[in-house]
Parts: sequence; C-alpha cells; structure tokens
Amino acid sequence: MKGTHVLLLAFVAMFALSACVSERVVLLPSPDGKPSAVVVRSGETEKVLDQPYETVKLRGENQVKDVMDVQEVKERFGQVIAQMPMRPVSFTLYFLENSSELVPESRKELDLLRSDLQGRPIAEILIIGHTDTIGGLQQNDALSLKRAIAVREALKAEGIEAQVMDVAGRGKRELLIPTKDEVSEARNRRVEVRVR
Amino acid sequence: MIKPQWLFIVLITLVGSPAFSADSAGTIKRVTGLVEVERGAEKLTAAPGMHLFVNDKVRTGTDGAVGITLRDETLLSAGANSLLSLDKFDFNQTTYEGAMQTSLKKGKLAVATGKLAKASPKSVEFHTPNSILGVRGTEFVMEVNE
Repeated sequence: MKGTHVLLLAFVAMFALSACVSERVVLLPSPDGKPSAVVVRSGETEKVLDQPYETVKLRGENQVKDVMDVQEVKERFGQVIAQMPMRPVSFTLYFLENSSELVPESRKELDLLRSDLQGRPIAEILIIGHTDTIGGLQQNDALSLKRAIAVREALKAEGIEAQVMDVAGRGKRELLIPTKDEVSEARNRRVEVRVR
Repeated sequence: MIKPQWLFIVLITLVGSPAFSADSAGTIKRVTGLVEVERGAEKLTAAPGMHLFVNDKVRTGTDGAVGITLRDETLLSAGANSLLSLDKFDFNQTTYEGAMQTSLKKGKLAVATGKLAKASPKSVEFHTPNSILGVRGTEFVMEVNE
C-alpha cells in the first residue's frame, strides 16, 4: 500500500476511536413477527433499520449502522425494557338484539376481562362500539358511541370498574368481518372492551 | 362581596383538580425510585396512575425508572438518569387522526408504538438532541449520552 494511504487510514481510525457514541437506536423484533422499521435522520444523513437488532450509532456527525447482539441489548437496555407497561388487550362482547344483555357466549369473555383486570395494576378501560355497514358514517359513529355508553353502565352493574372507563364509537371503520356497504353482519355489531 | 380568603381557596382547588382523562396524553403505569414530572414551573413526584399532559417532562433520578402508556397505546419506558418530553400529542379515538412527538433529551427509552403509528406512521416522531426518528409500527430502544 502507498505510504499516504496507510497514513490516511490510521488517521481515520484514530478519529473514529476518539469520538464517543452520543446516540444509539436499536430496532427490536415485533411481537407479532410483522415487519417494522425505524428511520433515523441525523443532520444530512439517514439510516433505515428494518431487521430486528439492527442499530445505528451516532459518532460525532457520522451515523454507523450495525447489528447489536441480543446479549448486548439485554445489558444495555434490559432494565429499561423491564419497566414497560403491560400490553393492552381486547375483549369482544356481543349483546342480544337492542339490549344491554350479553349473549351467553360472551359471559366467558366477561370472566376473562375480570381476570385481566385483577392482574393489571392501574388498569384503564376504553369501551369501543362497532357497527356493521348498514347506515351512513355519521349514523354509525353516533350509534356505536351510544352503544359504548350503554355497555359502560352494564359493565359497572356487573361490578367491573377501573380508574378510567372511557367510551368511543368507531362506527363501521373497523369491520371484524369484511363486507360490502349496507350489509347486515351480526359479528360486526360488537363492543370491544380494551384494557390498557 | 366575596371575602379574599374564599377566593384564595377556590383558586387552589381549580389548580389542583385532576383533568378528565380524555384531555390527557397518557398515564404513568409504573414507577421505580425517584421520578419527577416537570409541568410548567411545577415539579411533581410521579406516581402510578398519574395522568400526563402535552409539554410535561418526565425526569428520572439515578435509581429511577418509569413506564408510561399514552392514550393511543404507545408504550414508553425510561431508564435511570433520563429526561423525556411529551412535545406534541393529539389523538382522535374515533377517526385515529392525530400526531405525536416525544423527545428523549438524555438517558434511555424503550418504545412500542400504538394506534397513531399504525394508522398514520408519518404522524409519529421521536426526537433526540441530534436525530429525528420516523417509525413504522415498531418496537425499539434508544439511548442518548450526555
């Protein structure tokens, strides 16, 4: 190798060693195995992390992309990850037509809901009404919200309580069973009790 | 005419009363060691169940750690000697429209993104002193050294 090249390499290596890592980002595997990504932009450069454990370090102005081994992730971030709140969970309830009475099959869901609440510190509940595609957007938004409010009362009557019990109507935005517009589908007419 | 001391009591009550959860950006779920919430000029001791609001800063001490769930179900946890800022948070529970920006000024943060990132990835950003992070339905950890 020419003398000048060796010198340049040594200089670059020294500079890199002396500049400490000011920032670090590591992509973790997604719980459902689905693809995920983080895009990290620092100044003029950008790095995409789209495989589990890919990491980007910032050394001075330079972004360096690498892969962090699981052991190092545990050492650096184990304590932080251990403090993550419990993941939210949904319980889906169905009711007898035009009433706040649960269908027999949903009784079991109610028991599972109770169980979850017992094991969850600072549980917060969000009751979400959903409709099928019969009717317009606004109509179903109003109907699903009204349903959620009624279910909140029904849950309280069942002895279910939490520090927060919010309600929301999602209308026909989140069909459980995909259908065309104006299709009656009982499985879409449901109330989701989201515990977080 | 209202006596001055009555006025004083009413003012204190208004300032101290908890806002409805619908206005909040999130809730503190877990606290270890010393954790404080800086809200304007106030410094509040963090406790599980406490609601957080936009512009709140969460600061952990040398033995501190905190777990937070935001209203769109983004999960956050900060380690010791960390400073987290909830810069922006807006989330419509019906339409899933909104935006959020959270900054890690120093320390360590773990993130599991929630409904906002799922509905509209571009509406979610994480900031550090030198970087901006965009996400795509993601779990990640980050670290900022002083």
